Amino acid sequence: MSKRLTVPKTYKLFVGGAFPRSESGRVYEVRGSDGAFLANAARASRKDARDAVVKARAAVAGWAGATAYNRGQVLYRIAEVLEGRRAQFVAEVVAQEGVSAAAAGTQVDEAVDTWVWYAGWCDKFAQVTGNANPVAGPYFDISVPEPIGVVAAIAPQDSALRGITRVLAPALVAGNAVVVIASEAHPLSAISLAEVIATSDVPGGAVNVLTGSPAELAPWLASHEDVNALDLAGAGDLDWVELQIAASQTLKRVLPPEVGADAAEPSLQRISAFTELKTVWHPKSLV
Amino acid sequence: MAFLEYAPAPESRAILSLRDEYGIFVDGEFRPAAGASFDTISPADETRIATVAAASDDDVDAAVAAARRAYTKVWSRMSGRDRGKYLFRIARLVQERARELAVAESLDNGKPIKESRDVDVPLVAAWFFYYAGWADKLDYAGLGADPRALGVAGQIIPWNFPLLMLAWKIAPALAAGNTVVLKPAETTPLSALLFAEILQQADLPPGVVNIVTGAGATGAALVRHPDVDKIAFTGSTAVGREIARAVAGTDTRLTLELGGKAANIVFDDAPIDQAVEGIVNGIFFNQGHVCCAGSRLLVQESIHDEVVDRLKQRLSTLRLGDPLDKNTDIGAINSRAQLERIRELSRIGEEEGAVRWSAECAIPDTGFWFAPTIFTDVQTSHRIARDEIFGPVLSVLTFRTPAEAIAKANNTPYGLSAGIWSEKGSRILAVADKLRAGVVWANTFNRFDPASPFGGYKESGFGREGGRHGLLAYLKSPVSGRGVAK
Repeated sequence: MSKRLTVPKTYKLFVGGAFPRSESGRVYEVRGSDGAFLANAARASRKDARDAVVKARAAVAGWAGATAYNRGQVLYRIAEVLEGRRAQFVAEVVAQEGVSAAAAGTQVDEAVDTWVWYAGWCDKFAQVTGNANPVAGPYFDISVPEPIGVVAAIAPQDSALRGITRVLAPALVAGNAVVVIASEAHPLSAISLAEVIATSDVPGGAVNVLTGSPAELAPWLASHEDVNALDLAGAGDLDWVELQIAASQTLKRVLPPEVGADAAEPSLQRISAFTELKTVWHPKSLV
Repeated sequence: MAFLEYAPAPESRAILSLRDEYGIFVDGEFRPAAGASFDTISPADETRIATVAAASDDDVDAAVAAARRAYTKVWSRMSGRDRGKYLFRIARLVQERARELAVAESLDNGKPIKESRDVDVPLVAAWFFYYAGWADKLDYAGLGADPRALGVAGQIIPWNFPLLMLAWKIAPALAAGNTVVLKPAETTPLSALLFAEILQQADLPPGVVNIVTGAGATGAALVRHPDVDKIAFTGSTAVGREIARAVAGTDTRLTLELGGKAANIVFDDAPIDQAVEGIVNGIFFNQGHVCCAGSRLLVQESIHDEVVDRLKQRLSTLRLGDPLDKNTDIGAINSRAQLERIRELSRIGEEEGAVRWSAECAIPDTGFWFAPTIFTDVQTSHRIARDEIFGPVLSVLTFRTPAEAIAKANNTPYGLSAGIWSEKGSRILAVADKLRAGVVWANTFNRFDPASPFGGYKESGFGREGGRHGLLAYLKSPVSGRGVAK
């Protein structure tokens, strides 16, 4: 009996809830640690990045406007679907990173748990980071965190799934829309994660995944006037000072590069970094 | 309006005992600066008040060195309880010398004495009192147990609320355990120099607070200084951008409180009398030299004429003149440069087709003055609807639906503050949710409190001042930084 011929997947971008090829028509070869050809990934262009920002901006109102309870359920749903596709993700991580199946399994389990952890924060972080303010007068005065808007992120580059999960999930908690540049060397899990996201009731455009060269794409996002925050978590090997300078001209909030296994580790600070605090005053009166 | 003419009631300047010349305040002492000096004048009559130092790079360096020494040897080792006690002392001394500080502020800044006396200085005392209590409770600030100070904070403040901005900056910084080098605005150094005397009276350890006077070059030297751990700036968005660029790639933490072009939205069911007072307070408080001023009035079309008529009536009763007169409502514009900017933008407003109305009032012969002014028929594309004028000039626009009001309100790169006037609670809350602004005043405007976080969205800056969040701007988590590059 002859061996069955496999059906390889075409890895494309994830923009606005759809999976387009790069408008540039460019791809690059993704190879495993043993040098074997794995797939052609889309090499996103400046225009793809700008299209992604447009889609992200359009998605903000809906995602931020969803109830916190609803966002929590959607993020939990990502964890559920990811868990169900565990074997696929383990195999992909092994193929890309060349790690053992056990190590890859740990990475996938950790990613699932990270989504679960952040899912639980959706309807709680505002209670922890907001405040009722006891002002010296007859006023109701409350401060609540709100999503900052569109977040551009460069995923940590040394992992296929851990890094992108750690930058995506916290930014989504408050209701931001995200444009994330995946690991250049290990982009395949990012696109598979996009498939999970696409089937988990995340509104189209709330998550946009670009594969390609962070060095090429990041400057366009850093200087983009409709991007509110820049997460440089995975930008340590880029000229990130230039990115920060570009971001300063539109007064973006910027998170610095992080390195090592602790890079972008889950924290409440990662949620609040992508929020703005709004303080609302109203007089109190019986008349 | 003749029936509103009052006899002059000037607050006496005799309460002030000013020096003729001030140096910089470093290591707990006034010392001559290596740099040049300049005069600070009263904007109400252009007379000289005192000569102050223009701190040079070397002077800034000496101030930062003093702050570093004080941080390392004294302030970072002191218990939170004792830091708090110093802040309580300062709060009390501000209260004791409140009248003197108010007179100095009005003299140097041009703001009406009733505002410096009833708003600025009481809030200064409240700010120190509030943060004093935080100094020994930092474990509860939200960063977990044992959060750390940042080190030396460089603070650059504007001329519109000189002493209040000083308090907003210094109080949380010291409570969190930082030491400070503060640069007051070029045109309003006086109250900061009096405050230095208060620090001496409080016996604050030398070097914990250092004050360097000067212009932009002095501020730039502070921003560029390699031994500063934190920059806190309040001022224009243009300068804020430059500062953000200058600290890019460094470990220097940054908070920016920048410009604004706030929408004050008046719905047709608003309590009109209160709304008119709120609109007036929103834009004519402190001559409109307020970053969160309600400079764009968005009024529902059906009540536009009524609101504008009543505004004009109300503005006709405002008294413009001597800032030290207790009956003065509108004081002097802070500087000739600012007056020119207000005139220029108002001229552009007329050229672009908006209709100008200014209150009839006698303008003094000397000093810098601008009559309260309203522009109607303003389009969203007009410069006076987009640029921060920072003066007593209100641009009136209209809307028909709440959605249109929200869209117009958010149609600005700024996002500092906004106002909503309506009797309908559910609408207020829904609109407040959708406004992209850091502070939303509903059925009130321009309220400030040390317990209440203040700061902007978008290009109005980042970070918050006031409340627990204001404290966080001067603290770091003991675990933060793990995995952070560099």
